[in-house]
Amino acid sequence: MFKYYPHTEAEIKEMLDVIGVSSLDDLYGEVPEELKFKGQLNLPSAMSEHEVRATVKGLAGMNEMVHGCFAGYGSYDHYQPSVVPYITARSEFSTSYTPYQAEISQGTLQYIFEYQTMMADLTGMDISNASMYDGSTATAEAMLMCVANAKKRNRVLISGTFLPAVLNVVKTYAHYHGVDLVVVPEKDYVMDVEAARQLIEADDVAGLIVAQHNRYGYIEDFTGLADLCHAHKALLAINNHAADLAVVRTPGEWGADIACGDAQSLGIPVGFGGPYIGYLCVKSALVRKMPGRLVGATTDANGQRAFVLTMQAREQHIRREKATSNICTAQGYMCLFVACYLALMGEKGVREVNELSYAGAHFLQDALLETGHFEKVADHEFIGEFTLRLKSGKAADFIEYMLETGVLAGVAIADDLVTISVTKKYGKDYCEFYAESAKGFFEK
Amino acid sequence: MNNTYYGKLIFELSRPGRVGYSLPANKFDEKYALALSEPLRRQSGTLLPEADELTVARHYTNMSNNNFGVDTGFYPLGSCTMKYNPKLNEELCQLPELNIHPQTPDYAAQGNLAIYHYTQQMLAEVAGMSECTLNPYAGAHGELTGLMVIRRYHEKRGDAARVKVLVPDSAHGTNPASAAVCGLQVVQVKSLEDGTVDVEDLKTKLGPDVAAMMMTNPNTLGIFERRIPEIAALVHECGGLMYYDGANLNPMLGVCRPGDMGFDVLHINLHKTFSTPHGGGGPGSGPVGVRAGLEDCLPNPRVVYDAESGDYSLLTDSEEALGSISAFLGNYGVIVRGLAYLLSLGKENIAMAGKLAVLNANYIKEQLKAYYKLPIEGLCKHEFVFDGLREEFGGDHHEDGHVSTLDVAKRLLDYGFHAPTIYFPLLFHEALMIEPTETESKDTLDEFIEVMKKIAVEARDEREMVLSAPHSTPVRRLDDVKAVKEPKFTYKAL
Repeated sequence: MFKYYPHTEAEIKEMLDVIGVSSLDDLYGEVPEELKFKGQLNLPSAMSEHEVRATVKGLAGMNEMVHGCFAGYGSYDHYQPSVVPYITARSEFSTSYTPYQAEISQGTLQYIFEYQTMMADLTGMDISNASMYDGSTATAEAMLMCVANAKKRNRVLISGTFLPAVLNVVKTYAHYHGVDLVVVPEKDYVMDVEAARQLIEADDVAGLIVAQHNRYGYIEDFTGLADLCHAHKALLAINNHAADLAVVRTPGEWGADIACGDAQSLGIPVGFGGPYIGYLCVKSALVRKMPGRLVGATTDANGQRAFVLTMQAREQHIRREKATSNICTAQGYMCLFVACYLALMGEKGVREVNELSYAGAHFLQDALLETGHFEKVADHEFIGEFTLRLKSGKAADFIEYMLETGVLAGVAIADDLVTISVTKKYGKDYCEFYAESAKGFFEK
Repeated sequence: MNNTYYGKLIFELSRPGRVGYSLPANKFDEKYALALSEPLRRQSGTLLPEADELTVARHYTNMSNNNFGVDTGFYPLGSCTMKYNPKLNEELCQLPELNIHPQTPDYAAQGNLAIYHYTQQMLAEVAGMSECTLNPYAGAHGELTGLMVIRRYHEKRGDAARVKVLVPDSAHGTNPASAAVCGLQVVQVKSLEDGTVDVEDLKTKLGPDVAAMMMTNPNTLGIFERRIPEIAALVHECGGLMYYDGANLNPMLGVCRPGDMGFDVLHINLHKTFSTPHGGGGPGSGPVGVRAGLEDCLPNPRVVYDAESGDYSLLTDSEEALGSISAFLGNYGVIVRGLAYLLSLGKENIAMAGKLAVLNANYIKEQLKAYYKLPIEGLCKHEFVFDGLREEFGGDHHEDGHVSTLDVAKRLLDYGFHAPTIYFPLLFHEALMIEPTETESKDTLDEFIEVMKKIAVEARDEREMVLSAPHSTPVRRLDDVKAVKEPKFTYKAL
């Protein structure tokens, strides 16, 4: 028999006798013959463990490897303390199911409770769920919440300064759900607040969703936005880059009703785009409109404090088509990455990370400007991600040139624009190396 | 698992001044010190703990000791396919060579794109479909994506009238919920006494407003829908498409393919059928497959292979596509695990997975039906449903003080087993749904059967003890009502 199947021939025979059939094929006696697959599937032959490893490594070998990653734009190459992969690899966590049986799932429930606490705290909101797949779908869920909350309004505004990858997902959800999604134009590389104001003042808007930092890396000023939204009965949702939350004015402090985004930058590897976790946090008033799993504290029959999945009456397995969302996932395993990362970093660490990103990004920007081949596109404040215009040549060619030196230099977001992210992993020497290498592209 | 409750929260272990990280020294000039203008600056501190490395490592290790997983013990959870999660898959998904940035240009990411393409082709073959997208993040996300494929198909034909989705009353809750998110109206189709779709009822609900019918086969009762060719023909005749919920694909592996049953679109749960870990509820992966003719509707980005040049590339802005449903290429790390599983099984071993899962399910069912009410006789597939304890053991279901399915589930925890799925499907009052999977040995099943019999006898003879179970778990039965009435979702609220 095969290594994942424990049955011996004798046991199979014994079990078939108990059931009262004579062969394994007879267990499919009711399946119409014409539906059965004849022959063998067109798949490779079974491989030994070593062959599987060699095959996957062989495929992986087709990648061009880099030693430095300055691409951001939705995924960030941060330092991950060694404790994080070590703890998350524990199979007591990874091989468990959604913690429906709370009495034997306190481990999962406790770390989710910690995760909820940490994310609510970082965003300045009251409550966090633990269920979003990624930042793009979390933002789409925020849009659905706006519409569900407004009841009679079906229009949602979204800033045009969102990452295209996020904007496209929200647009898709809007299209099929029948939401009238209006993209607020950008002006000077930030959202055109005046344009948003005019739309909100029409009194038919359920919510406004804005990006912080935006796709160029800039921190936008939302002063007055929450009051404007609330005066016109619209919700304000802020999608905030997670790692920035330790130092930028929080969604809660801006007066937002919903905070959403991707928590990848809090301890999760870039991993070619997933798995990540989306966060979604709200003010208490919106808890019953919130999608996904929520863990709450309660007591057991002995009066002992313990944790449990709660408020399930909102969810698909109870409410079916009337549920707040179709979400079934509890993104547990990824909550553990975030909780473990934040437990290690603490307030001091998450601040220091931003200090390093800030210093590195501003230093690199200066160094690149000094080469004379780049110029700023705008003068807004930023932390670790920024956008420059190439005075000559194409951004995509620049990326290709830099890959030759082993550096993924950023993301070519337009013909002549490159967006660059600097994380704590890349210090002064590395930034100097980057700037020096970049010169070669223009001076070749 | 350790039955002594740990119960601490990291915030309670925090001591000012401790650190659990080390970052590179900041060698930048002082003029690069973080300085944001006042309106953009965070105003408050955080509650994040201050803890040293050992405190953190020990904290989560102790916590894990209060957790039950597949590696701990048997998980007979119906509709969840809790099979063994091979360790080789864990090793390979963490290969540093694969951990590349999702914005890496195509030409530098050929390895990752090849793995994606290779995996989608193999899944398409297993499902009897033409092509798969691996972008959906989970089963329910796959359902949503699949329904979007269907809406996009009708949209492209200029048929805007199809706004209804037919869903059997036994369907998973995500089916109607996904349809609603996709802007479709749900029409429920009745089941017959034997748990299969009532084709006569279905006929009355067909019409030019039907976009699709969602089904799983075998259904949630573990019964194979024999009339599937007729159902597919009826739905196709009225212009609708057939959607296959792949939650129950495991017993069909290599035996009978959804594409051959007449389905047009399906999703697959890599975390069920293809052995990737459930991770406490996520991340999953919900690839969506389509039959020939629907490939263009699949979401952006799409990995395409050019046989002439041998290059893989990403199609990111196809106008034909339904749009995009993920920021990048889905839960890539889960996809790598699925590939490793498929390569390990190969064409020789894949069909045995389903057959042994079916063998295990029927073996349990036959031996326990004298103790638990079996509403539907006959062969089941990978799972089956009891309607609670038989009356002579558990008492009358309609009377207070009877031993309910919840009580049986909680008592099982005392014996070191996870509980089955309970109170689903909704067709039965005391539903207890058991799915053993092929990776469980006869020894384990025999132990489980003995314990289930013992619980039935206890229910009859020592009722109070069963009603107050569990007794030996880290915590006792929890107060769910209090959790709702006095909601506390953060440490701050405690």
